[in-house]
Amino acid sequence: MTPADTLRFATRAATGYPLRTALMVLAMSIGVAAVVILTALGDGARRYVVNEFSALGSNLVIVLPGRTATGGFGLGNLITSTPRDLTVRDAEALLRAPLVTRMAPLSVGNSEIAYGGRLREAMVVGTNGDYVDIRAFRMAEGSFLPREDLGRASAVAVLGTKLREELFGSEPAVGRMVRVGDRRLRVIGVLGKTGQGLGMNTDELVFMPVATAQAMFNTNNLFRIIVEARSREAIGPAKQQLEDIMRLRREGELDVTLITQDAVLGTFDRILGALTMAVAGIAAISLAVAGILVMNVMLVAVTQRTAEIGLLKALGATGRNIRLAFLTEAALLSLAGAITGYALGHLGAWGLRLAFPVLPAWPPDWAVFAGIGTALTTGILFGVMPARRAARLDPVQALSRR
Amino acid sequence: MAQIELSGIERIFKLGDSEVHALHELSVSIECGEYVAVMGPSGSGKSTLLNLLGLLDRPNAGTYRLEGRDVTTLSPDEQAEVRRTRIGFVFQSFHLVPRLTAAENIALPLMLAGIPPAERHTRVAQALKDFGLEPRASHRPEELSGGQRQRVAIARATIMRPAVILADEPTGNLDRTTGQDVTHLLEELNASGVTLIVVTHDPVMGGRARRRLMMEDGRLLQDVREPAPA
Ligand SMILES: Nc1ncnc2c1ncn2[C@@H]1O[C@H](COP(=O)(O)OP(=O)(O)OP(=O)(O)O)[C@@H](O)[C@H]1O
Ligand SMILES: [Mg+2]
Repeated sequence: MTPADTLRFATRAATGYPLRTALMVLAMSIGVAAVVILTALGDGARRYVVNEFSALGSNLVIVLPGRTATGGFGLGNLITSTPRDLTVRDAEALLRAPLVTRMAPLSVGNSEIAYGGRLREAMVVGTNGDYVDIRAFRMAEGSFLPREDLGRASAVAVLGTKLREELFGSEPAVGRMVRVGDRRLRVIGVLGKTGQGLGMNTDELVFMPVATAQAMFNTNNLFRIIVEARSREAIGPAKQQLEDIMRLRREGELDVTLITQDAVLGTFDRILGALTMAVAGIAAISLAVAGILVMNVMLVAVTQRTAEIGLLKALGATGRNIRLAFLTEAALLSLAGAITGYALGHLGAWGLRLAFPVLPAWPPDWAVFAGIGTALTTGILFGVMPARRAARLDPVQALSRR
Repeated sequence: MAQIELSGIERIFKLGDSEVHALHELSVSIECGEYVAVMGPSGSGKSTLLNLLGLLDRPNAGTYRLEGRDVTTLSPDEQAEVRRTRIGFVFQSFHLVPRLTAAENIALPLMLAGIPPAERHTRVAQALKDFGLEPRASHRPEELSGGQRQRVAIARATIMRPAVILADEPTGNLDRTTGQDVTHLLEELNASGVTLIVVTHDPVMGGRARRRLMMEDGRLLQDVREPAPA
């Protein structure tokens, strides 16, 4: 019996019992579809988070005061005890690292901002002119903070787009004077819409030179320093150089923490990746169940077709012929189920993307392969036993059954 | 050398503690091209004998030589090949595969033998013509009459041009006239040189055979030969 004939024979057998075949294909396809949809959801969530973080800028190292033991990323080590202040002088020193291209100090505090009769609570960010480039923000109006000596407390401010909206409405904002805390500052620019980034909504911030902010809050302290490395690959060595500089400035003791965006991203990536795997694993269980169903259906098929098997043996079929025919049939049913499930899964993922446009719910390639692979493997594995049973049937008894 | 030589065949079925001697000390030889009817009461071992001859069953003792070769010691795959190439079966209940058309049923042995589709096609077309089944080629068994079904089964049994045709009550499920048609068909095949061994309860059909093996309780009671009709 040639392979082509085996295939044709098995196809005829599968299509000869349409209801049985349809049910089995359905069971198998639900399993595969579950894998495809659930991994699309999981991986979509992962990609969503990764994209959100990537929006921060690509090769950043964040320096914060205080030392944490682990160096890993978690909410706990964002708040660190502060043995020594991080100053503007530190920030300037960091620029001497050869692998560092740009740097932005951050001084943060809460204040109120007023224009005309309108008054609002707002978060103040004191920084420098490079911040806008490091974060890759777009300006909606005017320009960002001037590039000048960090010690100069110019009386200028840049507003987030939402803040501008609330204070000025349709009036022009650039050139107007606003009051922030006890100071009067000239608005020189408005940021374009940026949306969320690391919990701070940039659209509601007011930016001013770091010296202005520090004077306003009466502090020498920096909240963070954001450093941009030359390239993604340079992040590791750059971090080393930054640590060396800081150690030199602290008499050999390193009392700052350096967080790379890779570490942050990596953590989320790992958590959500593991979640996706777990979800895929759960979905795969439904495939195993489908596999058991394949086995049962094939066992029933063997019983139903006992007389036919006896006949084939009388016509000179070898045990191998019969085993292969039944195995091929099981494989075909699984394949049909896998393909249907794949299509259903993509349909489901498409539905997810329609329902949640922000979620890039595309099933990852590995999940699609794993789903279809598992379907085929379980189908064939669970088809082996019925096929062997068929091949071992005693032809005389098989023929006497009707 | 006879085509079929059985000597000292024993076939014992064990049912719990009791044993059934379905065949006992059976020795018989059949020449090439003979027309043999196997007759006897129900349970006398006729079907058991036919299954043995067709290599669907193995004896507990004794030897079976087919065309000079001891076939009882062959491996299952070798036996399958002998069945495929040398033996054709015709059954009382036809045993057609219900989902396959008449033509596909006839083609089954050719497919199992791995004969290429083109040759298969011409041979099946010829068989359909020979057995008057051309208009029924693409019908499925449920759409055929009993006589037509048995004709499909006989076409299938002969498509590999076997040396022996084994028929177990081939007319048992057919009415008288249809049964006679089938009998004539088998006899025509025999006339072309194929050995024909038929199990039958029908004395008329048995009477037509030139040799009758009368069985009882697993033994060969009588071996009646008639001179070939002129
Ligand atoms: N698989 C089996 N297990 C046990 N006993 C069996 C088996 N097959 C046949 N027998 C017994 O062997 C004996 C011969 O059976 P066999 O089928 O050869 O009879 P038969 O001559 O063909 O009868 P019938 O004319 O009714 O078809 C019977 O007693 C039967 O019960
Ligand atoms: Mg019988």
